[in-house]
Amino acid sequence: MTERVAATPGLYPLPDRAKETLSDLKGHQKGDLLSGDESESIAAEYGEVRAEYVDDQLDAGLDLISEGQGRWDDMIAHPLTVHDSVETGGIVRYYDNNNFYRDPRVVDDIGASGDVAGELEKAADLLDDADGAADASLATTLPGPYSLADLATDEYYGDEAEFQAAIAEFLAGEVAAFPDHETLFLLEPSLVTNPPAEGDEGRATDAIATVAAETDADVVVQTFYGALGEKLYAHLVDEAGADALGLDLVAGDRDDTVYNVQEFGSTDSLSLGLVDGQNTLVEDAETVAERVEWFEEQIPLEGFDRTYLTPNTELFYLPTNKYREKLNALAAAAEVLD
Amino acid sequence: MVRNPAANRDQFRPHDHPNETFLLSTVVGSYPKPKWLNRADELVDDPDSKFDASDLEEAHDDACRLITHEHERAGLDTVVDGEMRRNEMVEFFADRIDGYEFNGPVKVWGHNYFDKPSVVEEVEYDEPWLVDEFEFTSNAAERPVKVPITGPYTLGFWAFNEAYPSTEELVYDLADLVNEEVEKLVEAGARYIQIDEPALATTPEDHAIVGEALERIAAGIPEEVRIGLHVCYGDYSRIYPEINDYPIDEFDVELCNGDFEQIPTFTDPEFEPDLALGVVDAHTAEVESVEEIKENIRQGLRVVPPEKLTISPDCGLKLLPRDIAYGKTENMVTAVREVEAEIDSGEIDLDNPLDD
Repeated sequence: MTERVAATPGLYPLPDRAKETLSDLKGHQKGDLLSGDESESIAAEYGEVRAEYVDDQLDAGLDLISEGQGRWDDMIAHPLTVHDSVETGGIVRYYDNNNFYRDPRVVDDIGASGDVAGELEKAADLLDDADGAADASLATTLPGPYSLADLATDEYYGDEAEFQAAIAEFLAGEVAAFPDHETLFLLEPSLVTNPPAEGDEGRATDAIATVAAETDADVVVQTFYGALGEKLYAHLVDEAGADALGLDLVAGDRDDTVYNVQEFGSTDSLSLGLVDGQNTLVEDAETVAERVEWFEEQIPLEGFDRTYLTPNTELFYLPTNKYREKLNALAAAAEVLD
Repeated sequence: MVRNPAANRDQFRPHDHPNETFLLSTVVGSYPKPKWLNRADELVDDPDSKFDASDLEEAHDDACRLITHEHERAGLDTVVDGEMRRNEMVEFFADRIDGYEFNGPVKVWGHNYFDKPSVVEEVEYDEPWLVDEFEFTSNAAERPVKVPITGPYTLGFWAFNEAYPSTEELVYDLADLVNEEVEKLVEAGARYIQIDEPALATTPEDHAIVGEALERIAAGIPEEVRIGLHVCYGDYSRIYPEINDYPIDEFDVELCNGDFEQIPTFTDPEFEPDLALGVVDAHTAEVESVEEIKENIRQGLRVVPPEKLTISPDCGLKLLPRDIAYGKTENMVTAVREVEAEIDSGEIDLDNPLDD
């Protein structure tokens, strides 16, 4: 019997009030964005945002609770853009979106920073104190090493393989400092948008495995913006150390994804990107449940350990009212399937 | 296929134009709002204030007159009201088109947000969008008025599409609405329309969708109406030479920002529409000297002859301090007139325009 778990990989939109407060406190320019040593008033505002995110998720009834990553001004490049060994360059496009982040230029050896662990500690405290949180546990999120290296500029290591390995070690160090968590989402959109060259797949999966090995939690390697190439998919299933691969069933051709699973098998659990993180149209719970059933029916296996019901992307693309409705849709879909 | 720019260009030549050569000077559209107008925009939402919607309308009228006259004072051949009535290039139109709804701001980067609308049902034309604005500005102006309109590709792809099976279909429906608006503007006397498509720069592989949308926009629009297309911040080699097939009179580019490195892109094959060349940077707060701008104008002569060259800033100037925006515009016009005189006198060799 497959366990259905409603969860998200985080990166939520800031509540509208916090959008204003934080832009007043921080400013609108490149140099005003988060550097990791924010003032008390800014930290306090993020504290409120975090508490609101936890409440939103508990209210919706999600099984796993994310910190929400309100501080991540630079989306999944955040762990580097706040790092001491990184200088931020110009504003560059975030994948194929009308969104931009500061180019992280790595100029020195990148060791563990503890930045993400710090915010997760606070989320774990909130969760401990929350009413009705008995059934929910903490989900953590990091960029996967392949995507983070892809988004960054190396001005120190001078060798692509060495750089990717250093990024993986850095992320592993971050994970080592995390509080107890049930699941680690590693976000890997670059595996779809800019896949490794033929023959380099092993290097990417090694990097992911390095990070995954650092936690006892279930590791979900969440890919998005479309379907994975079949060869890369096969490598990921076998070598990435993932308990679940995350597959986007909204963007791109979902038949390609089904084909990959039919042809090359899968991890013991799977994470399915079922609701559109980039569209305000809110899927109703029945539609989401049907998508899960549609997918599972085509797969020759008896069932998975777990199916994670997730949005296909981060949710920061949405206005706040719609982000909350998407959380509700995921939680309700898990109920329908039970 | 390119329209016939030669059929409509002369109407913008001022009667007292000092040179035989005429390089049409214009602007892309937006211009810094006077601070008091921003305050007025906020004040109208303040429930404790007596300042109401009709006061705001008066403030907008005043600002439109002011900026139109500021453009004329700078010496531009064609002017815009600086888009004083508009907030954001998608929001403004989405507000006027049936089928859109707003759910709240979304992040662009850092703490910069935009009220990205959702298309929740088929888009429909209701009231005219810009006819009042055009008539007001036209009455206030001595010079011909250009009307910038956000293009259907940008209106479609910079919104959430909840209602159409594909955003491409939404774009074509929007293009039909833009066509309806352009017809009404033409009826009201407009002779210079600029379609703004910044979204094309981010997804150049969609150039055919923009081409089809332009066919719909230009359908039935007489040749004395000049239709320009403005696309900024992109790798133009990915949409050139395809733009030679667009039904436009003029293609407006932002190249100053990239130091004109992309000019050779446009030299082979031959550039077919008129070229509207950005010669001052919209994102640096220093006013370029007349000499520097003259060098930039000469870059355009590598692509087209003078009778096909229009001169403008790279993009809308709204993010600059107002005195800098004015300084750039004024120096730009001075440079245009000096280059014209140097072409007349033979000082500039049109076969080798960069040579001294």
